Amino acid sequence: MKTLLIILSFAGLVLTILPSVLVFKGILEMESHFHLMVAGMVIWFATAPFWMKTKSLDEEEKK
Amino acid sequence: MTPGLIERLDALYEYDREPVSEKKLHGWKTFIAMFAGEHVAGTEFVLGPLMVMHGVSARDFFLGLLVGNTLAVLSWALMTAPVAVKTRLTIYWQLRKIIGPYLTIAYSACYAFILCLLAGAMVNVAVTAISIPFGIPNPDFVAGDVVPGFQWILIAVVVGIVIAALAVLGFEKIAVFSKICAPWMVLVFFASALAVLAKLGTTSFGDFWEVASTRIFTGEPIGNNSKYTFWHVAGFAWLCNATQHMGMSDVTIFRYAKSWTQGFASAFGMFLGHFGAWIASGILCAAYLSDGFVNPQPGNIALYGAGLAGAVSVVIAGWTTANPTLYRAGLAIQVATPNWKRWKVTFAAGAFMIVTACIPAVNANLDRIVAYYGLFFIPLGSFIILDVWLFSKIGLVSNLTEKTGRLFSWPAAIAWFGSFFFSFFLYGKDHLPWIERITRGNLPRWLDAIKVDLTFLVAPEWILAALLYLVLSFVQQKRKVNAEFIRKGGLL
Repeated sequence: MKTLLIILSFAGLVLTILPSVLVFKGILEMESHFHLMVAGMVIWFATAPFWMKTKSLDEEEKK
Repeated sequence: MTPGLIERLDALYEYDREPVSEKKLHGWKTFIAMFAGEHVAGTEFVLGPLMVMHGVSARDFFLGLLVGNTLAVLSWALMTAPVAVKTRLTIYWQLRKIIGPYLTIAYSACYAFILCLLAGAMVNVAVTAISIPFGIPNPDFVAGDVVPGFQWILIAVVVGIVIAALAVLGFEKIAVFSKICAPWMVLVFFASALAVLAKLGTTSFGDFWEVASTRIFTGEPIGNNSKYTFWHVAGFAWLCNATQHMGMSDVTIFRYAKSWTQGFASAFGMFLGHFGAWIASGILCAAYLSDGFVNPQPGNIALYGAGLAGAVSVVIAGWTTANPTLYRAGLAIQVATPNWKRWKVTFAAGAFMIVTACIPAVNANLDRIVAYYGLFFIPLGSFIILDVWLFSKIGLVSNLTEKTGRLFSWPAAIAWFGSFFFSFFLYGKDHLPWIERITRGNLPRWLDAIKVDLTFLVAPEWILAALLYLVLSFVQQKRKVNAEFIRKGGLL
């Protein structure tokens, strides 16, 4: 399950950066780039919180 | 100032009084993630455009960032991390041993003030994006807006209250959320800049430099902004986190490092955030302006380059950085207001934050404010370096203030305020009208000939502070009465 979440998270990041490369190359319109970035954002925030290690140094110190 | 105040401050930091134990140490990954996350923040959307507005040329910008950020990384790696690994103490306890509790309280109070100011700048960043869907114009400082419109202020108040309320509840959940945002946010910066490059006339990396030189970093200041050069950029990139590296406040973080070499992990923060993100936000700003728009506020340029995702990233970047900043400011202020509950203190700090957020001049001069902030705190770092590394080698007692049970170190006070105010004067005599009026025609020729910007003063001020502290400590410790005292106490 964790592996699947990680793969999905990375797919979200790819959807965030790849459209801009295509706009830069003249393959994609700005409007589509905006939509795909929103999709990437939704996927990232729907998956990353479930697998990312997020404890701060102080929290770990207090354990 | 009463002993009660000192005790309260000590109690606040009680849990980290002891040096970090061996088994709690962390490896490279922790520090890389921490720096990469912390240095891609809301204010990055302000600083890149500021450089464009100040007419920096492409060559000066890229070279300046390269040199300044390299110096910042070296400062963390060769100054902060080695001290942190040797003593394993927080900045609070490190300073308390050297400069005494009174000056440490002054340090905390000044730090709280600047944290409120920075939190305000971050709220401002967030509001520039939230105002867009409501059709509320962002204040344009270049066009002469001194205060925003009523509706904009209303949004800032609401955002400020929400941030203050969350800070009352604690910032750990927000800190967790902030870390989750970091990788995505870095990519939003780069994606938005890459997408608008085509609008500036480049579709291949081969012609990037040509476009960067002629259409992005043109070398021409916009509005009444002064002209920035290589030295301004390099100095600012080095100075903007100087409190953390040369000022040593990051010993609190690096006390968890296994080795001092982990100080080089700061390169991930500097080169992703203060190199990549500044260039990206500079590109966004230039593209936005070249499309005929004016007033390149963070929300506007992010929406322009990345649509809704860009606007969301600005809100998140502003919010997630403002929240812990305000929380820490509240903690520091709490010491001085013992009868107030924490929620009251945090809301009081929040009120100051909201006022700051509603002053467009703050973000328009954020580079100046950050420069003052850095210059004010870096002398303390020089005291720590000398005390930890040099004093025992030249026959001086380190941590003398603590060992003798004194509450105040006069060498530290003179060296701290003396070096800062001298630097302030060097800058002010040519840039601040009220100092110019007083000094015109009254200065010796050699002093009048020194023309410096705030950003040029990092190294000179640090060296001046170190020399002053060294000489004054020598005077203090070699005075007959103190030398006697040190011998009797067996301190040598």
